[in-house]
Amino acid sequence: MSKVGPFLLAFHIAFLIFIAAPIVVVVLVAFTPTAYLSIPTTEFSLRWFRAIFASRDFPASFVISLELATVAASCALAIGIPAAFALGRSFRVVHRMLAALFLSPLLVPAVVLGVSLLRFLNQMGWHGTFASLVLCHTVVILPYVIRLLLTAIAGFDHAVETAALSLGASRLQAFRRVILPLIMPGVVGAWLVAFIMSLDELTMTIFVASANTTTFPVRLFDYLTQSTDPLVASVSTVWIALITLAMILLDFVYGLDRLLVGRASNDRARSRG
Amino acid sequence: MTRGGLSPARWLPALLVAPALALCVVFFLVPLLETVMLSFHPFDSMKGIGDAYTLENYSRIIFDSFYLRIFARTVAIASVVTVLAASIGVPEAIILHRLPAPWNSVSLVVVLGPLLISVVVRTFGWAVLLGNKGILNDLLLRLGLIAEPLQIMYTETAIVIGMVHVLVPFMVIAVWTSLHRQNRETLLAALSLGANAFTVFRRILLPQIMPGILSGSLIVFSLAASSFATPAILGSKRVRVVATVAYEQFLNTLNWPFGAAVTVLLLLLSLALLGLYARLFEGRYRRYSGAGVGP
Repeated sequence: MSKVGPFLLAFHIAFLIFIAAPIVVVVLVAFTPTAYLSIPTTEFSLRWFRAIFASRDFPASFVISLELATVAASCALAIGIPAAFALGRSFRVVHRMLAALFLSPLLVPAVVLGVSLLRFLNQMGWHGTFASLVLCHTVVILPYVIRLLLTAIAGFDHAVETAALSLGASRLQAFRRVILPLIMPGVVGAWLVAFIMSLDELTMTIFVASANTTTFPVRLFDYLTQSTDPLVASVSTVWIALITLAMILLDFVYGLDRLLVGRASNDRARSRG
Repeated sequence: MTRGGLSPARWLPALLVAPALALCVVFFLVPLLETVMLSFHPFDSMKGIGDAYTLENYSRIIFDSFYLRIFARTVAIASVVTVLAASIGVPEAIILHRLPAPWNSVSLVVVLGPLLISVVVRTFGWAVLLGNKGILNDLLLRLGLIAEPLQIMYTETAIVIGMVHVLVPFMVIAVWTSLHRQNRETLLAALSLGANAFTVFRRILLPQIMPGILSGSLIVFSLAASSFATPAILGSKRVRVVATVAYEQFLNTLNWPFGAAVTVLLLLLSLALLGLYARLFEGRYRRYSGAGVGP
């Protein structure tokens, strides 16, 4: 049963082409020498990559996105780690409900969240500030952080904590010297996932970003709805390269298959030592 | 551990949870409740948002055929996307499951990697492919299959293609996971008892991966129904869906109470699907104790 016949193999290849096609096309168009969207066949040019620096908007929104994702991912970890520790091993109803609350922003459509936060920030007079954008992103990426940290905490042997405490370590020492190193792959993985999710967030951010806090995806969306020249392709290509770099890093510290498929097994983490 | 009045075991968990709780209440629960409240207020283009309570925003959606049609179109698009995602995602998951060692993980990265690349970038790729002067039309013209370029951009077809591309990885993940739980011996037993390959698929394999197909379908449907970027770029103003209408009401028309009513109905649709998901997969929910909730 476990072999793949020629018919299935053809289907598989067609499927992979379907998945890769739009991304490959964007990267190819970025190297066109023409002023319109076309796939270069004989001549390749970097003019549209140089054009990125000539436009003031895109480099600025790149910086905003990177700053935002860095700060928001760190915030999400700062409040997510303590929360995950409090909730991780508890089966009390209150704690289960709290865990459900922290995971629930994932279940509400981004448009609904965006609309609600737009009105809320306007009422409070916080609209357009970088801090409010950070907090909005933190809410949206907190579910990913909590989920990965709960898995990491459930994964290690709790006898080692008891052992450390019985050998005279303080609770803080036990946490810092024993528990933290054990859950470190989970923590780094959670930060990177949060970072990527924040970088990629579009729909909610469209509503809460202002003219001077426009993130890269929002800028790209705005640009795309107005004009289409190969500049969109070249900035997208730089973006794809950036995300790919983050993904390779993530694969190295956490394992992409483990993350994307959400397998509970820790084989890979173990084999990495 | 002692269970005294003010021992650390008592107040420490509360202290640890406090920041996350504060954030979720202020930046999640309160804004959502406010949107629900807002949807019951009247709106006047001169006087703005009124203080009274009314159901007129909802009655306008239900009795105005323009908005009713947008809701119907959104559900129709989401249904077609779900059926297509299942019909190509299920075979792909089975193939991925059967592929030999180095190829399965390579293919998995190709299939799932795009999940992490911005929806705007991927949708832009489809705009380049499907446009009137796009690559697909160019190819078909050169092959002599069509005489004039096909109008695909700014139609439901473009939105469906773009959404299937964005959402099919979720179907593959769901089915692939259920394939791992499936019992291989039952397939071999059926084969040894004389069943042909199709019978084995229909009577043995399909029932075992059905939970995966169902959970994948619910995830794909709810994400498709609330999707914004893909219909906004590939449908533009010519094909409106619920999410793009909410966007227009909030950022162009500025009728916030009406936009809030549209949003609340979208939220109710998502929550209803979620409730269905929870009912169907309650057993699995319990086993993972909240650690694996959601898409």
